[in-house]
Amino acid sequence: MSRLSGGLIDRSQSLRFRFDGKDYTGHPGDTLASALLAHDVRLMGRSFKYHRPRGPVSAGSEEPNALVELRTGARQEPNTRATMAELYDGLIANSQNRVGSLAFDLLAVNDLAAPFFAAGFYYKTFMWPRAFWEKLYEPLIRRAAGLGSLTHLPDPDDYDKGFLHCDLLVIGGGAAGLAAALTAARAGARVILADEDFRLGGRLMAESHTLNDLPAGDWIAQVQAEFDSLPNLRVMRRTTVFGAFDHGIYGAVERVSDHLATPGGRVRQTLWRITAKRIVLAAGATERHIPFANNDRPGVMLAGAMRTYANRYAVSPANRVAIFTNGDDGHRTALDLIAKGVEIAGVIDTRAGAKALGKYPLFAGAVVSNTKGRLGLKSLEITRDGQSHWIEAGALGVAGGWNPNVHLASHHRGRPVWDESTLAFLPGADLPPGMVVAGAAAGRGTTHQALTSGAEAAVAALAGLGISAALPDLPRAEDAPQAQAAFWHVPGKARAWVDFQNDVTVKDVKLSHQENMVPVEHLKRWTTLGMATDQGKTSNVTALAVMAELTGKTIAQTGTTIFRPPYTGVSLAVLGGGDTGTHFRPRRLTPTHEWAKAQGAVFVEVGQWMRAQYFPRKGETTWRETVDREVLATRAGVGLCDVTTLGKVDVQGADAAEFLNRIYANAMGSLKVGMVRYGLMLREDGHAYDDGTCARLAEDHFVVTTTTAQAGPVYRHMEFARQCLWPELDVQLISTTDAWAQISVAGPNARALLERIVDGFDISNEGFPFMACAEMTVCGGLRARLFRISFSGELAYEIAVPARYGAALMGRMVERGADLGATPYGTEALGVLRIEKGHAAGNELNGQTTALMLGMGKMVSTKKDSIGAVLSRLEGMAAEPRRLVGLVPVDAAEPVTAGAHLFEEGAAQVTETDLGWITSACYSPHLGSAIGLGFLAEGPARMGQVVIAANPLQGQAVRLRVVSPHFIDPEGGRLRD
Amino acid sequence: MRFSGFRVIKEALTGYKGWGSLWRTPEPQASYDYVIVGGGGHGLATAYHLAKVFGAKRIAVLEKGWLGSGNIGRNTTIIRSNYLLPGNEPFYEFSMKLWENMEQEFNFNAMVSQRGILNLIHTDAQRDAYRRRGNAMRFAGADSELLDREQVRAMYPWLNFENARFPIKGGLLQRRAGTARHDGVAWGYARGADLLGVDLIQNCEVTGFRIENGRVLGVETTRGYIGAKKVGVAVAGSSGRVMAKAGMRLPIESHVLQAFVSEGLKPFIDGVITFGAGHFYVSQSDKGGLVFGGDIDGYNSYAQRGNLPVIEDVAEGGMALMPAIGRARLLRAWGGIMDMSMDGSPIIDRTGIEGLYLNAGWCYGGFKATPASGYAFAQLLATDAPHPTAAAYRLDRFARGLVIDEKGMGAQPNLH
Amino acid sequence: MLIPHPLLGLRDAQEFTYLGDASLLNRPDGMAEGAAEAFYDYVYLRDNPAGVHRELWFHEQGDRSWLVVTRNTVTHEILGAELARDVALAAKGGAQ
Repeated sequence: MSRLSGGLIDRSQSLRFRFDGKDYTGHPGDTLASALLAHDVRLMGRSFKYHRPRGPVSAGSEEPNALVELRTGARQEPNTRATMAELYDGLIANSQNRVGSLAFDLLAVNDLAAPFFAAGFYYKTFMWPRAFWEKLYEPLIRRAAGLGSLTHLPDPDDYDKGFLHCDLLVIGGGAAGLAAALTAARAGARVILADEDFRLGGRLMAESHTLNDLPAGDWIAQVQAEFDSLPNLRVMRRTTVFGAFDHGIYGAVERVSDHLATPGGRVRQTLWRITAKRIVLAAGATERHIPFANNDRPGVMLAGAMRTYANRYAVSPANRVAIFTNGDDGHRTALDLIAKGVEIAGVIDTRAGAKALGKYPLFAGAVVSNTKGRLGLKSLEITRDGQSHWIEAGALGVAGGWNPNVHLASHHRGRPVWDESTLAFLPGADLPPGMVVAGAAAGRGTTHQALTSGAEAAVAALAGLGISAALPDLPRAEDAPQAQAAFWHVPGKARAWVDFQNDVTVKDVKLSHQENMVPVEHLKRWTTLGMATDQGKTSNVTALAVMAELTGKTIAQTGTTIFRPPYTGVSLAVLGGGDTGTHFRPRRLTPTHEWAKAQGAVFVEVGQWMRAQYFPRKGETTWRETVDREVLATRAGVGLCDVTTLGKVDVQGADAAEFLNRIYANAMGSLKVGMVRYGLMLREDGHAYDDGTCARLAEDHFVVTTTTAQAGPVYRHMEFARQCLWPELDVQLISTTDAWAQISVAGPNARALLERIVDGFDISNEGFPFMACAEMTVCGGLRARLFRISFSGELAYEIAVPARYGAALMGRMVERGADLGATPYGTEALGVLRIEKGHAAGNELNGQTTALMLGMGKMVSTKKDSIGAVLSRLEGMAAEPRRLVGLVPVDAAEPVTAGAHLFEEGAAQVTETDLGWITSACYSPHLGSAIGLGFLAEGPARMGQVVIAANPLQGQAVRLRVVSPHFIDPEGGRLRD
Repeated sequence: MRFSGFRVIKEALTGYKGWGSLWRTPEPQASYDYVIVGGGGHGLATAYHLAKVFGAKRIAVLEKGWLGSGNIGRNTTIIRSNYLLPGNEPFYEFSMKLWENMEQEFNFNAMVSQRGILNLIHTDAQRDAYRRRGNAMRFAGADSELLDREQVRAMYPWLNFENARFPIKGGLLQRRAGTARHDGVAWGYARGADLLGVDLIQNCEVTGFRIENGRVLGVETTRGYIGAKKVGVAVAGSSGRVMAKAGMRLPIESHVLQAFVSEGLKPFIDGVITFGAGHFYVSQSDKGGLVFGGDIDGYNSYAQRGNLPVIEDVAEGGMALMPAIGRARLLRAWGGIMDMSMDGSPIIDRTGIEGLYLNAGWCYGGFKATPASGYAFAQLLATDAPHPTAAAYRLDRFARGLVIDEKGMGAQPNLH
Repeated sequence: MLIPHPLLGLRDAQEFTYLGDASLLNRPDGMAEGAAEAFYDYVYLRDNPAGVHRELWFHEQGDRSWLVVTRNTVTHEILGAELARDVALAAKGGAQ
């Protein structure tokens, strides 16, 4: 079949493309499906279960059959609807879900065995022997199932997301949508018009109707010209609004460059989040078919789609075409095809009183009862009054009525309502707020109705915003009532398809009924009806009409399944919006990051932060070697570590002390100015939440530090306490984590080093004792805060300077401390130092532990009300036997492994005998063996005893001796000197 | 009628004439010994085990919609027993053992597929935590393996090993874990219960409880009053609403969880994978769809639908972990109501009202618990003593300071 | 979702962090008789209504206000939003 006349294709250009290895040409304006049909290719796919040969049934996004793998390599896109794939030069597509070629699919053997594969069959078999499911049955099923294939290559394209706001979002660019957008935009409203197609016009492009007695294209062009002149209107073609979310937010995908061979420098697709005050849903309607025996052959398609192919794409699926209809609409297709020179073999109308509208054979009161043609329709059987005969036709258009596209109207769970007069589910009253439905989506499907209801919808929607819009002069358009009979399927014994892609037949619906799977959701799930890529757009209403017939209920009583987003499939890549790879989450860098990089530091991800893990030096071959050096250098000289990532909260106000007293489990109000205290926070449920230090810089000014991981949550929690619990207190909070660079200076030479940089401030042990704090200047006038606190157990300080000076300060200290052994250390050495000292960190403060377990039970003051204090005393918490202990291997060569569980020697190792677990472990260069911290039941009573650290996961069972968690300087002399 | 391959062939050759109702559609009787409120997975499993294991008679399941219409009908189908705490792990391992024999027992293929679940590790601290968990699993009789980066790569070479914000450092693997066909589980228990004489009553909503002198006498329903010696409530996301009718407040909030399925694809992912540094987990159904999910939306909701930011967040996680899924399409998103408890663990217990029992607080993890939850609840209903593996799931554990907080997030349901 | 911030107008819910029922404003006195029972109720029990719910949201990516938002948990319709501090102060004023 060569091309028909007319159409919206640009014949001046030829586009080459390849399908299943064969080369073809088409024109701009074609889809892959129309271009293939122009070459008489009707066979484009295979069905899901039976692998039946299939061609396109539609010309739009509802297509269930003509699914292909578009493009190749990393850009291969499975399940792409040939009816939506815009043709471009060099397009390559391959058929899918086949073994062998499309014409000779070996899995078509399934079709021969179809009786065994009826609805629900797999629930009844494959149970014996048990092990065969994973080994034999399931792999076979999985290989046969699925549709297209995904390569395992990373998607090479870029994606973006964006936000749009408007007064009115018009969804659908057909007659109703154009009229709505025109009306609203002329009134000055901010309007977005979105349509999934690459051209505006909707079904105006598919029909031969005139507007004001001129081709509809003239009016569309005129409207487009006006649109171009209206700055308050944004027209978004190739944009599918896929979901209606809360508060006027709509999700939309713009296929920016899917119509190009490659995106070039552009993104492939953009995810738009559109916030609309009002919405006109003008999404049109989807035609339904009529199941009859073997109604799924390539060449059998929707009659409306045939008009689209003929009028818009100038192509007919065959030279000789028949029409099967239950209403007037099918006759239109016959007339349009005749006008294009296609031969009509006959119009088969289920209505006995049907009249022909033109010169074609009419079979009134008849049905199509069977078809022939393995890879494409050849002939069909017409049955009238029990008499059958065959006629030849290469294509059959089926017109079963139109289902309004109510999906977005139902995304807030409002159910559509059955309307007997239009034989359709119409949007119900329970629409998403702000939405008005117009045109065929509202059951107002004549061109006149679509235009006027679209304009009226815009006027009504804008009235709610106080914008008064005038109805435009709309063109004169057809308004013929469409008579239709409620005819849902042709009875018969052979298989008649309801859901093409998933191979659900009328027989399956009947079996579902027979087996008492009657509620629509059971029907859907038992048969897989409507679960294909088209989500039942072409099948659901037909199936539930059949079910209604079987149960004797009305269609209204039978009801629909739930409409859920997305309206059509949305690529996962665009939903991810391009935040892939290292862009998945932000990267926060410490003030000394670049400096550390220059020192050759190895970095590690700590939440969002990148922290220096260790600083390898030339000649060091393992990370352990480096870490051991850093630890020993710190304990022998002085170590420097960037601890900026710890959360810092500035607390000020007359009631700051009282506020902190309530926030911390231990007393904080009594802290003297110029001093620091360790603080433990509980959650209100009584468990340990976070720890850190609290420094009192002035009577009404404190600085609180938190752990790195909890900096955000603790600040939020403190604001909650301030605003929600105790708003009467005079206290203000601000997070200063990013404002101050903070460096830990630890080791016996720490003071000597600091004395070289502070501006004449007395930091002698007497002038600045353990747990002192002060504001001062360093390096000749730089503002600084100094805290004498120690995480390592050494004489130690933390010094804070404005963040932008962090790197300079670090550099200066390393330089000035060279003779003191100043050594930068990373998080690994930090971890070793704190484990050696027995300080709790994230592994011990994991949200499941208590002050009691941490050995800090006495810190929870009973003399005041503080968050978590009351529930920390509940019987179950008070009876908790596990305590933090230190653990060393009996044989110093043995490992200590965090995550191992602790048992008594000789005890069976089961849940009931589990005494605790190792929280943190490291190699201690100071002790010359591995060490660990852990929670152990009756820990203090077991001091000196041996327990088994069982780690069956890694085949370990190590004898450990229970010791104090303070491996270093348990008396604390070093940090006080 | 017994289901078998032989029977399927026979029926195929004889026009399916022998296939009858999967279950009866009985009218409710005036009274029962046991009324189970909720015809979801847990309610149906409870009725099944009551009849099968505990020999109970005169049992009804009351379902306000259609059987299996709750969270059993929409979830990501994962079964696993990879818990940490002693209050949880033995229970979930008991459940896993029931999964392993369920289909042969109730004669229905629920497509239990032990494809393995891999929890990815991205930090040293995470490895420590997973090692602790994997060992806890071993001590409770479950299987677990700790994999290093290269072992993970050998399983799934196409994960993002090259360009990741949070590099994969290993994983915790449970090979016996996997997936099951969620509807099939509901139907298998429903059919099994029906065959044992349980009345499954659909379109029957409980509107109130008749309680006298601290004892429940029966339930008011949209189909009239139904007397009961014992009433067991297993209504998941509706727990708060239903128990309020008995005058109870619960340590539970209802939240929305969304889950997702892609269009059908040829085999792509063999097992279940969870991303340890983002909100994303995924498996592939036998039909070919990638079934995936992430975090709850985070706010109280009974709407059974969620919002766009979580969809984006989940997709971001997916793309970060496995950029090869980019060109697959999301087919459907759905939302269910989760009964998020205050410590993230469930409740199977008596209530302060004699004869009234509660099964609730499953958060977003109730599917995997279905068999054990039904068994344990049946045992409690039948004997008034808890199943040993469910003994910690007491209602008074919050007041007594015995919470089972697997994640250590405290009394904030949306963090569990 | 969009939250009508009383100071800043409509803001995307993504800027906020959700906590839960606004009854969390009514913290019991930890030093009072029967505090354990009162705290159990406060920390753990919820009305969990299907319908109008007063709840706490923190404008974490914004002005750091805690808000009491009144929202329908069935339809997600938002009926209003107040500064939690104002609500808490009013409650404390009422108690005096």
